[in-house]
Amino acid sequence: MALEGHKKIETNATLLLTLSFLAVTVGGIVEIAPLFYLENTIEDVDGMRPYAPLELAGREIYIREGCYVCHSQMIRPMRDEVERYGHYSLAAESQYDHPFQWGSKRTGPDLARVGGRYSDEWHVDHFTSPQSVVPESVMPAYAYLADTVLQPTHVVDLMRTHRMVGVPYSDEMLENARVDFIQQATDFGDPGVLERYPGAQQRDFDGQPEVTEMDALIAYMQMLGTLVDFSTFMPDQAFASR
Amino acid sequence: MSDHKTPHPEEQRLLAGDPETTGHSWDGIKEFNNPLPRWWLWTFYATIVWGIAYTVMYPAWPLINGATPGILGFSTRANVAADIERFDAMNADIRTRLTEVELAAITLDAHPDLYNYAIQGGAAVFATWCSQCHGAGAAGVQAAGYPNLLDDDWLWGGTVDEIHFTISHGIRNADDPDARYSEMPAFGDLLGDADIAAVVQYLRNVSGQAADVTLAAAGEAVYLENCAACHLDDGAGDRFLGAPNLTDAIWLYGGSEAAIEHSVRFARFGVMPPWSAQASSAGRLSEDQLRAVSIYVHSLGGGE
Repeated sequence: MALEGHKKIETNATLLLTLSFLAVTVGGIVEIAPLFYLENTIEDVDGMRPYAPLELAGREIYIREGCYVCHSQMIRPMRDEVERYGHYSLAAESQYDHPFQWGSKRTGPDLARVGGRYSDEWHVDHFTSPQSVVPESVMPAYAYLADTVLQPTHVVDLMRTHRMVGVPYSDEMLENARVDFIQQATDFGDPGVLERYPGAQQRDFDGQPEVTEMDALIAYMQMLGTLVDFSTFMPDQAFASR
Repeated sequence: MSDHKTPHPEEQRLLAGDPETTGHSWDGIKEFNNPLPRWWLWTFYATIVWGIAYTVMYPAWPLINGATPGILGFSTRANVAADIERFDAMNADIRTRLTEVELAAITLDAHPDLYNYAIQGGAAVFATWCSQCHGAGAAGVQAAGYPNLLDDDWLWGGTVDEIHFTISHGIRNADDPDARYSEMPAFGDLLGDADIAAVVQYLRNVSGQAADVTLAAAGEAVYLENCAACHLDDGAGDRFLGAPNLTDAIWLYGGSEAAIEHSVRFARFGVMPPWSAQASSAGRLSEDQLRAVSIYVHSLGGGE
């Protein structure tokens, strides 16, 4: 009887553990391993690049302030979302996000393509007092970001950490990180940052001479969802044809 | 306390060897080998059948170059593309007609279907692209200089064609060479403090607000010399130059002494992006969307 065979397993802890481990391993491999080679999870798109140092610092502020609690960064493939927010998000657009910021809660709008949608001045007004521009908003104010001067002290360490987990920061990018950090927030700054990070936007984001947390966060906002060139993007044919 | 000597009724059944046990025994506790409940067992079998059918019909098993697509060919990406295509096809006719009929002729009486479509569609466009600055109710934000679109005051003209032009090309942006453009000098560099204080009082006076009339009288000369070229002698403004009317109670940045002084001293430079995808690479709206939102804005109350 089947139960007799099972008895051998149930009464032998080592055998039970070994077989349990094997069962979980098979399940894990079948579910996880294909994500590393299937075409539509690793599709390559034109325009994606690692975050510029200032943008990366802005992203850290985004995480620190818990923006992801109320804002998602994931436009789902549904008509109403595409009409409101733009092209649905691609896996490739999160490839340099550690951790990703997809989120699961929208108290505020999705931010996956907020880049270029508002002016810098609007962002400054909005972060300083959200209700001044959106009276019905329940977002808290982040005025202190404009008062906190940001130094690129740890940005190289931050980039090195991201490199350890697979973001392709080159040695040249690391060497120039501190310069790029300052120059991106400067009108008519050193153009090196644009060469190293194509599609980056370079200007004084918050209207103050110092580089503040406000500069970093707005630089991050303004690049979100702007990198991929959708004129050359073809949805995976195997999945799109029906 | 129960009597330990008398076996439990269930135990008595076991002793008689009636129901089968698994043979397991833990400190004298034995386990019945009862069959599983039928309803549970059949539900279990049904989930297996469902699982197999699902993997046949929907994308499921990962292979070397891709996953099995499933015989239904389901794909969220294809679905959203088809969905968008379906709605585009449904609206294609009315969108085309919206771009062909003369804009000013689209009224509720002449073209009720186009007009109603434009109001509904324009409201959706406004909520998505315009409400960030002009507010969900189009009342603008005075503190930031985002104009109120509900009132009768128009900086650049309030006919539906003028509104359409402004939305298409924007204001003072660097992306569209046809953008509306004007630049008021910062008079803090040109006038002394006394002159500025005087002209502020003059403007308070001509707009019907409480003012120091003595200073206001002195301010008139300053106004005529420095401001009247654009805002005209009577202060009614010039829409061709985007110079606002200064005599009414409607203020873009506020009519308090402090706000007027700030405007005079530092000038203002409000920017609006171009929205026409045809006119500028920075534009995001198609011609039918532009027309719909123009008609919507025109209908909000101040349209001329």
